[in-house]
Amino acid sequence: MSRVLLIEDDPAVREGVALALRRQSHDVAATATGEEGMDRLRAFRPDIVVLDLMLPGMTGLDVCRGIRAVDQTLPIIMATARGDEVDIVVGLEAGADDYVVKPVLARVLDARIRAVLRRAAGSTPRAEGLPKIDTYGDLAVDRAGLTVALNGEPIALAPSELRLLLTLSASPGQVFSRQQLLEAVWEHDYHGDARLVDACVKRLRTKMSEPPRAPRYIHTVRGFGYRFAAP
Amino acid sequence: MRKRRLRGLRARLVVAFGLVAAVAAISTGALTFREARTGILQQSQDATIRQLRAQLSQHAAELTLPPDESSLRKFAQDMAATESQGSWRVLVTYGDLSGSSVPGDPFTEVTPGVREAVGASRATVFQRVRGDGRTSLVVGMSILFGTPDSAATVTGVRVFLVVPQTTEQAYVDALVTAVERAMVAALALAVVLALLAARGVLVPVRKLRLATRRIAEGRLDTRLAVNGSDELADLSHTFNETAAALETSVAELREMEARARRFAADVSHELRTPLAAMSAVTDVLDEDAARLDPDTATAVRLISEETVKLARLVDDLMEISRFDAGAAVLHLDEIDLAESIRRSLASRGWTDTVATDLPPPHAVRGRVDPRRLDVVVANLVGNALKHGARPVQVRLSAGDAGAVIEVRDSGPGIPHDVLPHVFERFYKSDTARIRSEGSGLGLSITAENVRIHGGTVHAANHPAGGAVFTVELPLWRDESPEENPS
Repeated sequence: MSRVLLIEDDPAVREGVALALRRQSHDVAATATGEEGMDRLRAFRPDIVVLDLMLPGMTGLDVCRGIRAVDQTLPIIMATARGDEVDIVVGLEAGADDYVVKPVLARVLDARIRAVLRRAAGSTPRAEGLPKIDTYGDLAVDRAGLTVALNGEPIALAPSELRLLLTLSASPGQVFSRQQLLEAVWEHDYHGDARLVDACVKRLRTKMSEPPRAPRYIHTVRGFGYRFAAP
Repeated sequence: MRKRRLRGLRARLVVAFGLVAAVAAISTGALTFREARTGILQQSQDATIRQLRAQLSQHAAELTLPPDESSLRKFAQDMAATESQGSWRVLVTYGDLSGSSVPGDPFTEVTPGVREAVGASRATVFQRVRGDGRTSLVVGMSILFGTPDSAATVTGVRVFLVVPQTTEQAYVDALVTAVERAMVAALALAVVLALLAARGVLVPVRKLRLATRRIAEGRLDTRLAVNGSDELADLSHTFNETAAALETSVAELREMEARARRFAADVSHELRTPLAAMSAVTDVLDEDAARLDPDTATAVRLISEETVKLARLVDDLMEISRFDAGAAVLHLDEIDLAESIRRSLASRGWTDTVATDLPPPHAVRGRVDPRRLDVVVANLVGNALKHGARPVQVRLSAGDAGAVIEVRDSGPGIPHDVLPHVFERFYKSDTARIRSEGSGLGLSITAENVRIHGGTVHAANHPAGGAVFTVELPLWRDESPEENPS
């Protein structure tokens, strides 16, 4: 039972998806436009947003950025009708945690929602003993408090970004393949999409003010994956 | 290469011009030389003979018959002395007696043949003799005695005159030199003209060749500058017209192709929205079907199943249109191929129905797109399960060119007339079950996925029965710079 905010302009799809999700015992609020969705955000307090990429007026990308501006941790799943490389990557870079390509079966969407929520829940404080703060150069990672600070300034990370950083920094120097990261962070099966990893790394680097050409912390290992380096 | 050069237009022109010039110069030179030489020699010969006759008729009276040796010698010396330059050598004979203008001179030039000829004939005999690098004119005549009106009698005195022909030889040599020089000049001129002519032809031909190559490289806007109105200009003009026509048709073709792709993409996209609504509720329909009356339940389940198929077909169509538009991108990742195949089978619940022959972990690793490899394996195995018969076997091995994936079923195999078409879109071997499972796009998507990896896929029948699909994938490729977005 979770609160899902569905933003979808096509009435049939909106009704169908809402009906199916209610059958899966979700509490669903559906809106037809991005503006309306942003309004409902505060009153409805959803656990997750399912967002159509192509909306009239305020597009899905705008809504995604708008939500990220006020709430870094609210999980967002993009639903895109196009499914082209560009749309998926742009959506992920705007801050979405996952995406589905329409048409999607209700049980698939439900599984995705549950997976994203499970990960988001995993990011909340856990009772794992004493607070432990690891410091790597200017970067301070509080593994218990689940906060990250750069030069003393806390930086706001989305759940998938935080999990990615925690996974990478847990063993500095070790190279993780995209598949490994996909399984560790997104809990996707083996054939999940490596673009998720690339997009998330890109967002994480931007938030950590990494120089694009010579990143300090998250290094790309060409042809294999990524590695966290402690300077 | 060298052979080709010699056969080139330039070489052939130069050789042809050279031959023409040589033949012309040689024939002209030879004719001129012969006429000039004959003229020079004839003239000097006639002059000498005339002079000798004159001297003889003047001095013959001083000779008493029969002469003795000293008078013969004196006669010879007198004759020789009449020539101002002193180049004459005179030999006078009478029977066995002889006297010469130069004492002890053997007169090798005067051959026995000449001596005999002079003895036998009353006419003047002359011969050109070449010896010791010099040419000499030998003139021989008998002295006749008699009055102008009565028959002359032979006195038996024979006079031989040897005149060196150094001047004439020099003239002739000069002629030869002149002809030679003229020929060299003519040949050189011919070669220069040939090169110029070749250039005149070759430059447009080379431009034409370059333009043709550019067209072949796909730069269809290539045109030639047309100068003058000769045959080459006509050719250039025709080339330009051909190129323009080609450009127009290619542009039309591309436009049509782009429209067709856009249409396919638009149709698929428009189909997605209603399908999205339908797909979302199929589970609801399936769940509720159990509570409906049998006819309605069947109808509801049918709709639900067909919706799922339709959704898959639209997905396949989108994928195909991406391949057609060249928008399919490889996301290469280094993976263990055996593990990937194992997971592909596991995620579709095929682990128990499909026999595998896979190498140990990490034996076959390579850079491939995991999602596309999954599509390839899933389509081939799905196809074998659907159209072939169990058991289905999947085998992975490392070959010379990369990894080899073999999917074999135990069915009747593929008819030979169908084999070449199995990778074609919407091709269905059995027309009787044309609306059977599958859209007919699976194998063509497989082929495209293999092709984008730079590999090959082919279908065959196993000798022991059953169809075999073999995929060869190169595992290590040059990394493209845009491959790792980071």
